[in-house]
Amino acid sequence: MSENLIEVRNLKQYFNAGKSTEVRAIDDISFAIKRGETFGLVGESGCGKSTTGRTMIRLYDATAGQVLYNGVDVHAPKSKKENHALNRKMQMIFQDPYASLNPRMKVLDIIAEGLDIHGLVKGKTERKQRVIDLLETVGLNREHAERYPHEFSGGQRQRIGIARALAVDPEFIIADEPISALDVSIQAQVVNLLKELQEEKGLTYLFIAHDLSMVKYISDRIGVMYFGKLVEMAPADELYRNPMHAYTKSLLSAIPLPDPIYERSRVRHPYNPKDHQYGSDEKVEFREVAPEHFVLCSEKEFAEMQAARV
Amino acid sequence: MRNENEQEKLTPEDFERVTIDAHHSERIEKPSLSFWQDAWLGLRKNKAAIVSMVVLLLVILMALIGPHLNGHAGDTQNLRHANLPPKIPGIEATGFFDGDGKLAGKKVDLYEMKKVDEYYWFGTDGLGRDLFTRLWEGTRVSLFIAFVAAAIDMVIGVAYGGISGYFGGRTDDIMQRIVEILIGIPTLIVVILMIMIMDPGITAIIVAITITGWIGMSRIVRAQTLKYKSQEFVLASRTLGAKDGKIITKHLLPNMLGIIIINTMFTIPNAIFFEAFLSFIGIGLQPPAASLGTLINDGYKVMENQPYVLLFPAIVISVLMIAFNLIGDGLRDALDPKMKD
Repeated sequence: MSENLIEVRNLKQYFNAGKSTEVRAIDDISFAIKRGETFGLVGESGCGKSTTGRTMIRLYDATAGQVLYNGVDVHAPKSKKENHALNRKMQMIFQDPYASLNPRMKVLDIIAEGLDIHGLVKGKTERKQRVIDLLETVGLNREHAERYPHEFSGGQRQRIGIARALAVDPEFIIADEPISALDVSIQAQVVNLLKELQEEKGLTYLFIAHDLSMVKYISDRIGVMYFGKLVEMAPADELYRNPMHAYTKSLLSAIPLPDPIYERSRVRHPYNPKDHQYGSDEKVEFREVAPEHFVLCSEKEFAEMQAARV
Repeated sequence: MRNENEQEKLTPEDFERVTIDAHHSERIEKPSLSFWQDAWLGLRKNKAAIVSMVVLLLVILMALIGPHLNGHAGDTQNLRHANLPPKIPGIEATGFFDGDGKLAGKKVDLYEMKKVDEYYWFGTDGLGRDLFTRLWEGTRVSLFIAFVAAAIDMVIGVAYGGISGYFGGRTDDIMQRIVEILIGIPTLIVVILMIMIMDPGITAIIVAITITGWIGMSRIVRAQTLKYKSQEFVLASRTLGAKDGKIITKHLLPNMLGIIIINTMFTIPNAIFFEAFLSFIGIGLQPPAASLGTLINDGYKVMENQPYVLLFPAIVISVLMIAFNLIGDGLRDALDPKMKD
């Protein structure tokens, strides 16, 4: 269980690097995902969660840093065959179920796209049978294969997207906010499907989201991002029980509960990055405050947090 | 009180357990329609577009067979038969198309006077050439120029816009600056220069129309490519390992096809009009070749005395323009419902 499937080391992704419009979408983050676990990535809109996912799967070329998959650097130049193999192992589920399926293709062809590219099936009948199997895996019917995406509801479309990702038998799936465009009742459907698939096929997930309760439900460990930086990383329960970074505290204080008494007394903690008052000579680093619990902090804060723990 | 009594009488046996079959709830009853079937259903409802299509097909048919219908050649000059008004067998008895024309203010049958036994359905011009044959020959030339110009516009425009949009970055910068320079030069100047170096004729006009005509298409295709290439289904295809060629042919082009077709449908009447305009100002086709533009130019000179020389080509060009525009409009509504105003 402790084997790391994915390791991200000092990953940086700057857009328009060197120009006045430079955007540091990801600014030096490191984390690892163990085989078979679900790593949740949360943060506000625009903090770099999706960019992290897309850079990991090479939709963007990283500015600096490494993404190691099974010890192999994803971004290093590779032969066509190696690239192909890597494409099969890493897959992605997208946020918007309405934009992630080509409206001009039948579901059959959408799901079979990966099969065709990697030459996984021979002949039309085998191709169709494989697609039907996949459709049934995600809870859809065989008749759906001959239909076009616009005939489906959001939840059904998202399941088609999952079937497409599963077609190439991946080990690692990046789920880029797979449920944020869905109705609450459908969200559970999709999340439970993802959990079942994980148990069945031993998948590893990077689950990107901003719905904190959903992330807690599905994730084993959670990383909190703020402005391109990972500010805290801990096992899910530990993070919710004992948030240490001020931003995480602020985030958790914003979760509403369907409990009027609690809601009336709930105090929101606004987060202001200036409150840290880091000196220019202080080294702000990712430090392990408690076992498996990392926080972005200065030496002084580190000491304070350690003291507070004991 | 009665209600309560009735409720008491209900026993568990009165209820039947209904379970929802999950399989059933996922079913879609509607018949599966492809994008093109759906578009055809939409287009069929548009009466103007359907009528226009029929009219357009008739005009195209006439352009193909019209010149062979009455046995007159379009370039045979017969000065004895010059300036004859229209005369059509069968209709002549009604008083229309009976060969009557005005001579010195009086109405006379010019056919009888000139002792002409043949019928010239749409009359003849000042050189005695049959206008019916010339009209359809001219229509054929105009349509040919328009279709070829539109096809070339489409090919160059799609390729240029597609490359510029898909590869982006510096490629896009350079290609767009070139377009801006091209579009900055008035089209007419480019065209006149082109015609000066080339022999006037069909080729020269097609080159002249296409030399700047593809820019509109390229810009539309570039915008569409930019829009679609960052769509999630393209990203998904890329994470599966699809190559650029596959992405372009399977994902980008099918989605852009509707807009490309619509744009081409509007390019065709523009090309017809532009050709007519060039011929009308005298830098288009040279005699004896006929096009709708040259025919209108001929007719315009004798408009007062022989209005029929102008009338028929004017009608044909108007019908063509209206038909193409209505079809384009109908296609736009059918193919791209979002573009409706």
